[in-house]
Amino acid sequence: MPDTPVESTTLLTLQDVEVSFTLKRSSLFAKPSLLRAVDGVTLSVRKGQTMGIVGESGSGKTTLALAVARLLPVTRGQIHMNGVDLLSLRGEALRNERRHMQFIFQDPYSSLNPRLRAEKIVREPLDRLSIASTSRRDDRVRELFDQVGLRRDQQRLFPHQFSGGQRQRIGIARAIASNPSLVICDEPVSALDVGVQAQILNLLRRLQEELGLTYVFISHDLGVIQHMCDTIAVMYMGKILEEADRESLFNTPKHPYTQALLSAVPSADINRRNRERRIMISGDPPNPIHLPPGCRFASRCPQVEDRCRVDTPPLVNIDRHHRVACHLVKAAG
Amino acid sequence: MTDYSIRERSLQPTVARVEHPLIETARMFAGNRAALSGLAMLFIIVVVSLAGPWLYPTDPFEMVWSPFSPPGAKGFLLGTDYLGRDLLAQIIHGGRATLAVGCAAALLSVFIGITFGALSGFYRGWIEEILMRITEFFQVLPTLLFSMVLVALFGASLGMITFAIGIVSWTGVARITRAEFLKIRELEYVTAARSSGASNTNLIFRVILPNSLPPIVVQAALLIGFAILFEAGLSFLGLSDANVMSWGAIMGNNRPYILLHGFTIMYPGLAIFLTVLSISLIGDGLNDALNPKLRKR
Repeated sequence: MPDTPVESTTLLTLQDVEVSFTLKRSSLFAKPSLLRAVDGVTLSVRKGQTMGIVGESGSGKTTLALAVARLLPVTRGQIHMNGVDLLSLRGEALRNERRHMQFIFQDPYSSLNPRLRAEKIVREPLDRLSIASTSRRDDRVRELFDQVGLRRDQQRLFPHQFSGGQRQRIGIARAIASNPSLVICDEPVSALDVGVQAQILNLLRRLQEELGLTYVFISHDLGVIQHMCDTIAVMYMGKILEEADRESLFNTPKHPYTQALLSAVPSADINRRNRERRIMISGDPPNPIHLPPGCRFASRCPQVEDRCRVDTPPLVNIDRHHRVACHLVKAAG
Repeated sequence: MTDYSIRERSLQPTVARVEHPLIETARMFAGNRAALSGLAMLFIIVVVSLAGPWLYPTDPFEMVWSPFSPPGAKGFLLGTDYLGRDLLAQIIHGGRATLAVGCAAALLSVFIGITFGALSGFYRGWIEEILMRITEFFQVLPTLLFSMVLVALFGASLGMITFAIGIVSWTGVARITRAEFLKIRELEYVTAARSSGASNTNLIFRVILPNSLPPIVVQAALLIGFAILFEAGLSFLGLSDANVMSWGAIMGNNRPYILLHGFTIMYPGLAIFLTVLSISLIGDGLNDALNPKLRKR
């Protein structure tokens, strides 16, 4: 199977994006401390493809996703989508741009307003972003219910009358209502049980094909990532450690962290299980408020060297579609 | 057009009971006997107060018999006050002003409280700092004294009394509203609404406020009772509108004779007690009905 993706155009580019939070001062005279949740992320996502972002809790995945969707303020850097500088948009211009980028949330139990009927939830982006004429909107809602596999007689129900999977379908219908080009999926299946996960993932893939959507797909589940994504970025403590297309990342992971992460994926294949050693990483991630210099992963890296604790390794290309931020990996000559 | 009729799997039919949360609340409330009897009691009190002048047309200001006639004398069911005016007529006619002051003052404090709480809970930062400092100022204020000063300075009109009560009793609503806003603004459906293009005003009034209403409604109900008591307290101290009959005013008028002719104070007091009791029962019932954790017990 030829796996060289057709060189498609870029939809979304992130340039050195940083999102930091000022923490509450511990006392009146203390200096407010800064938490860099996302620290200099550079990425580009091609049209019609899925960019996966994987990382452990607290690695800044969700913060990055919210920042891209302009739901959190970005401290530094640039984000362009379809040539539009997203970070320069304010007020009405930003509202107009929102129809092109929508968000699917992690928790289908808290992402739907409990006081609104399902049809109203799906209709909201149509009303607020004034898409389609008022008379067309009812038809559009019905169409969306069909598209995500909900019955029309469920339109007038309230969120609490749906199961978790059905609620996530409502969330998906809301996200695609405004015909967006980019949909950011923030762990869309991690709150669901495994059987429902598969249904939702397949729904997302089908919608991507039908509507030509571009996904930024966030997950901590490598199985899900492998199933969904064309390109994958591994995040740790706000930085991207490795980024590659699916084949390269899963077959030839370069960064010690990625290697450890992949070795932790349980396998049903007994031979593979016996053959491959699990790489254990010890300790906890460093305190994100007082980060030591050097590589973010140095404190837990099994192959750590002295320079790792001094210099921060840059993210360099080792291949056309493979970037790694590690001193131990040689850059493409 | 694309045909979207393909189905990956059949959905199990849900129990298609389309039930508005309000209906569920109403059902819960209807199952609460104490709350229902409170509602019935309040209903009677309100109807009698509104229809009183037609039901019992005796003028409450007219001296009809000798002062301090005991209850039942000469057909005056509750007797007469210190000027020989019909006490029953006073209580029936006085209910209007009392209830009106109670409701209006509660409305005023809910309005101020929601404004302060919503703005500080939604915007945080310096807005919250300023508004919460003001709230704390009103919290530590000796409420009765402050209201007395206001009424004494600007005259004991019904409007001024209402204002004086409302301005000192909103802090609870403000704090409850702020707490709800702090909790709800972090929920994903608020972010989702923003992503769907909702403006800040939309988020405050259409998304967060409706979801934070239950505890505010309960507090508002209890505030009516509080305001009625407060009005009675002011009147008892002599700060009442002399042109308007209210339950508090009856008690205030007869206060000097409390030891000799206690009934002139007891009957209006009983009316206030029953009203506040019924409101409290309703408030408690609402609290239970609106609290989802108590449902389906």
